[in-house]
Amino acid sequence: MSEFEPKIVAFVCNWCTYAGADLTGTSRIKYATNVRIVRFPCTGRIDYMLLTKAFASGADGIIVSGCHPNDCHYTSGNFHARRRWMVFKKLCDFMGIDTRRIVFSWVSAAEGVKWADIVNTTVEEVRKLGPYESYHKLSTQDILA
Amino acid sequence: MARIGVFICHCGENISATVDCPKVSEVAAKFPGVAFSTDYKYMCSDPGQSLVVNAIKEHKLTGIVVSACSPRMHEPTFRRACAEGGLNPYQCEMANIREHCSWVHEKGDKTDQKAIDIVRMMVEKVKRNNALLPIKVPVTKTALVIGGGVAGIQAALDIANAGHKVIMVERDPSIGGHMSQLSETFPTLDCSQCILTPRMVEVAQNPNIKLYTYAEIESVEGFVGNFNVKIRKKAKSVDETLCNGCGMCTTKCPNKKNPNEFELGMGNRPAIYVPFPQAVPNIPVIDKTQCTYYKNGKCKICEKVCQPKAIRFDQEDEIIEVAVGAIALCTGFDIKKTDFFPEYGYGKYKDIIDGLQFERLASASGPTSGEIRRPSDGQVPKKIVFVACAGSRDPAKGIEYCSKICCMYTAKHAILYKHKVHDGQAYIFYMDIRAAGKNYDEFTRRAIEEDQAQYIRGRVSRIYERDGKLIVVGADTLMNAQTVEIEADMVVLATAGVANKGAEELAQKLHVSYDQHKFFSEAHPKLKPVETNTAGIYLAGACQSPKDIPESVAAASGVAGKIACLFANSELTREPLIAMVDRQAPPMYSSCTGCFLCQPVCPYNAIEREEVKDRNGNLVRELAFINPGLCQGCGTCVAVCKSKSIDIEGYTNLQMYAEVDALLNS
Ligand SMILES: Cc1cc2nc3c(=O)[nH]c(=O)nc-3n(C[C@H](O)[C@H](O)[C@H](O)COP(=O)(O)OP(=O)(O)OC[C@H]3O[C@@H](n4cnc5c(N)ncnc54)[C@H](O)[C@@H]3O)c2cc1C
Repeated sequence: MSEFEPKIVAFVCNWCTYAGADLTGTSRIKYATNVRIVRFPCTGRIDYMLLTKAFASGADGIIVSGCHPNDCHYTSGNFHARRRWMVFKKLCDFMGIDTRRIVFSWVSAAEGVKWADIVNTTVEEVRKLGPYESYHKLSTQDILA
Repeated sequence: MARIGVFICHCGENISATVDCPKVSEVAAKFPGVAFSTDYKYMCSDPGQSLVVNAIKEHKLTGIVVSACSPRMHEPTFRRACAEGGLNPYQCEMANIREHCSWVHEKGDKTDQKAIDIVRMMVEKVKRNNALLPIKVPVTKTALVIGGGVAGIQAALDIANAGHKVIMVERDPSIGGHMSQLSETFPTLDCSQCILTPRMVEVAQNPNIKLYTYAEIESVEGFVGNFNVKIRKKAKSVDETLCNGCGMCTTKCPNKKNPNEFELGMGNRPAIYVPFPQAVPNIPVIDKTQCTYYKNGKCKICEKVCQPKAIRFDQEDEIIEVAVGAIALCTGFDIKKTDFFPEYGYGKYKDIIDGLQFERLASASGPTSGEIRRPSDGQVPKKIVFVACAGSRDPAKGIEYCSKICCMYTAKHAILYKHKVHDGQAYIFYMDIRAAGKNYDEFTRRAIEEDQAQYIRGRVSRIYERDGKLIVVGADTLMNAQTVEIEADMVVLATAGVANKGAEELAQKLHVSYDQHKFFSEAHPKLKPVETNTAGIYLAGACQSPKDIPESVAAASGVAGKIACLFANSELTREPLIAMVDRQAPPMYSSCTGCFLCQPVCPYNAIEREEVKDRNGNLVRELAFINPGLCQGCGTCVAVCKSKSIDIEGYTNLQMYAEVDALLNS
């Protein structure tokens, strides 16, 4: 059997992390192919229900990344994102959603190397955790039953 | 039914070397809703764009996905092509298979699969794009220049001479920046003050320029063409409208022993002072931390001697609000001080100085009237050592970059030294001589060949004092790394150029990006060197990275050109990617519950209360309304809306869920 390749979805803001990931490209820094990037104007826009949607659709791990604190292009979107993430995480823990599979980080437009690092470490961490079968099964079984 | 066109770009070899473009195109052709799919060598070229335009017409496409570089690169290009083909320009999405795929992965199936996934995701998104009309906004044709160094001065004069109003804000009591502290300038050795002072005066006299010195930016709101800026004018304790610059107050002030910032501590100044004789404006300020009256409540001698009665002890900081259309950031740089270096004595040896202090010693208007004398005892140093790259290119010190100006000014210092101390000997420890620039290499050769500066290739590991001499211990890497010891009378460290104090806070107020060293980031390292990522905010000079005068001035003129272009139009078109609250006809039936949770999270105060009234004028309910002129499209309100009544164009709930769905359900 071939090695398990985790599917990682990254929800990133346009101004810092998307640009940071562009810089990783411009600098030709190589990283794991497992990640798919979804662009948002700001992390403040990210509706955390999208995270559960991503798990339901087959993601094994999720990265949420935006501008560093105080560097938000829109002043405060990243703070709202962080606050809602703290609440959402508690809810996930309560419901039994594996929050080790969700990585919340800041990557600026100048941090091309950091972006590659975050993707690589997330892929490796999630690889260790294995596929998120329990969630995937749960959602499909219930709908198909 | 959607009829989507997919256009896969090879980008020469940039994409096709790692991604199998024909294969991606083939697979994409089978995605539901895709009516046409092709690949081409350079989609952004003229024939490439014609291909897109013709395909839209021929295949009656309803939307396009261009799989190529980052949308930050060519989205505008393909939106235009989209419009040319007869579609709404916003029916276009970019699938980033270059920066996010071909450039970061090796050739292989996994990379191809990733490219296919990215395309599929954008196909699903574009199917749900709405036709949008650009928003028109007016432009306030006044520019704000922050920082009055040579870069700010150049930018302000150019913009003013193009016929526009300029507001300049300078933190210090005078404009001029570091250039006003320099003695003579490489590579021509013309006197810095002589070339700068006339330009400073021009700023003060130009009717289009309003100058605020001893002032800082308090806050910035708004967006390109329409910024609202609050300026804090710090209290000078002097009424500028009355002061005639006679200088009586500064001569009579009894409290004269305060370290002189302009002379970098090598001299004193009174508590009421003008930083240097050619200051613009020539108006003194009272240093409240030093003034006897502010400290003890007694003295007021300046008030007594001031004939125009301009002294105001009760003056307070003033907040001035201005409206501007564009902002030029020209806040310059700073240098590391000698106390940064443990190996060179943490600044405890008086005769180890930094480059700027040497400039002051060499300056005719400096503390020694232009004679090179060491600070400890005023002796003329006969052996002087210059240490280049003090801190620069030193990852261990956290400064891995080259400070760029030091090779040149160190050569200049060696030349000036020889011109002033004919029997003296200068030694220069260096890593490489970086003298790339017009007449720059010739200049460093002149230091070596005409002025006998002795260049030693190697670093200095330690400096310590012995019998009144500074022992400089270094290695000569061109002599088998032999240890060299020089008994010097004085040492000048060419310390690293660093970001200016307060750069980070300012960047945060303006929402512009900065790098790990707190230098401001340009929007593109090659193609947008003077723009920031925030529309309408530009940068020039050493606030971006260490720069010499010609570079700073060139960038400043570039900024002025950009701003003049912006001001050439009376209206700007702005991206209509903004949020709106669900509205039904009649608005009564909106799903908005009127909880107004969205209001406090909006950074732009764009969310208003709209009252819905019945025919008798009675209030029925209140709904959130987003002012399209103020909304900047962050979408924070969308995520906090409990009833999912707010959506944002370009990133609607439908689009985002479809993207996530498409990504994984392959
Ligand atoms: C020792 C030394 C010798 C040099 N010799 C030469 C030479 O011979 N030839 C040459 O070409 N170059 C030389 N340079 C480089 C030269 O000094 C710079 O290129 C030039 O000063 C850059 O101009 P600037 O306007 O970008 O920045 P600065 O000169 O640093 O001016 C910035 C201005 O902005 C103001 N400011 C900062 N922050 C704020 C804020 N938050 N709000 C409002 N105002 C603010 C500052 O007070 C200052 O007036 C030398 C540099 C050094 C250190």
